[in-house]
Amino acid sequence: MDYLALYVTLKLALVTTVFLMVIAAPIAYALAYYRFAGKSFLEALIYLPMALPPTVIGFYLIIVMGPKGFMGKTWSLLTGGSLLFTFIGITIASIIYSIPFAVQPMKAAFSKIDRRLLESAYVLGLSKRATFFRVIIPNSISGIAAAAILVFLHSIGAFGVLLMVGGSIAGETKVASIAIYEAVEMMNYQLAGMIALSFIPISYVFLLLINKLNEDSSV
Amino acid sequence: MTISASFKKKLKYFDLDISFSFAKKNMMVMIGPSGGGKTTIIRMLAGLEKPQEGKVVFGDEVWFDSLRRINVPPQKRRLGYVFQDYNLFPHLNLFDNAAFAAVDKKQVDDLFELFKISHLKKRKPHMVSGGERQRCAICQALARHPRILLLDEPFSALDAITRRGLREELKNLKGNMSFPIIYVTHDITEALYLADELLPVVEGKIDDNWMQRMMNREPSEKVALRAAREPRLSLVY
Repeated sequence: MDYLALYVTLKLALVTTVFLMVIAAPIAYALAYYRFAGKSFLEALIYLPMALPPTVIGFYLIIVMGPKGFMGKTWSLLTGGSLLFTFIGITIASIIYSIPFAVQPMKAAFSKIDRRLLESAYVLGLSKRATFFRVIIPNSISGIAAAAILVFLHSIGAFGVLLMVGGSIAGETKVASIAIYEAVEMMNYQLAGMIALSFIPISYVFLLLINKLNEDSSV
Repeated sequence: MTISASFKKKLKYFDLDISFSFAKKNMMVMIGPSGGGKTTIIRMLAGLEKPQEGKVVFGDEVWFDSLRRINVPPQKRRLGYVFQDYNLFPHLNLFDNAAFAAVDKKQVDDLFELFKISHLKKRKPHMVSGGERQRCAICQALARHPRILLLDEPFSALDAITRRGLREELKNLKGNMSFPIIYVTHDITEALYLADELLPVVEGKIDDNWMQRMMNREPSEKVALRAAREPRLSLVY
């Protein structure tokens, strides 16, 4: 049983989720509450990873994160190392790959909040930032949780993007989905079956949780 | 302390063009048909909407001046604003709602006592009646020690009996308040009952004869017809 690959998968999913929640919150806020020129273009751009084949995203990420790409160049200037074939590299890939799944439910949750509640908070003296933390977040907590779970599940399942950007380095970039693929390639069906089986309870429990959250928020 | 305001704003169906002022410790009732611009005026006073031209001066503070490009944000105007519903935050219980922006949290207990909702402190807004929610909303506004209180049809979502009770309480209460109150309603009975001063607003302008026309039930204009229905009904209660 390849516990190391499972560990990398869970670590990657967790790190992706935490970072993405922080990155997606202001984007979702802007999309939900502000009107600005080019908003629908920006929104479509943010959702693009959902509509592209993972290998296409992977291809462009290789270009950008490679030694000649702007991200890869900056990274090597700062650290002296490479972004491709590292855990940080696949984390960035995974974040970009999952952005739509964080932004969309969060934006929906924010838009559901009555504007008058926000105005009430402003009149009561709360700044926009304080209103965000004291009114918007607590009133959209189930939407935010749903976004987090979706991102977590989506990054557990990532395969093509990660394979292209990270390859398959044990303990670093070899996630469970890649381990299954390799096990099958080597005709080791028992190992592939074991890893595959371990996904089912995790994904199932999280989906149950999402359903529960949706029920709570619709009450 | 006097508040004086003048606003000009193009609205969808008419142009709002109004100026008024009134002095401390008074209740001014802004009355007029629904859709006549009353809420827009209140929102501009609160700083939630911007007039195209105008000026709002409170005491010696300028809150808004289109010429000098001054627009004090709602956060800094320190006023109380209660609207029909949706004042309370659904995730907080009544006490936390009222204490949300309270100057002194201990005072909330006294306010709850005064408004007879002490027993509901721990309830969430959806677990109490509309009248109790509005009581709490008034507590929330008062706990902030507002310098002016804006009440925008605060009781019109309530049933007639509750509305009458709250109206009476408000009338008793206003003597103890040290700040001006602007009360918005389309109900003539309510206006006459509460007002120290009346400001009839029809299609964005002051129309001093509106109430007289309404009470004589002179069905000459379309606007009058539309507006007359509700006040007439409420005269029954």
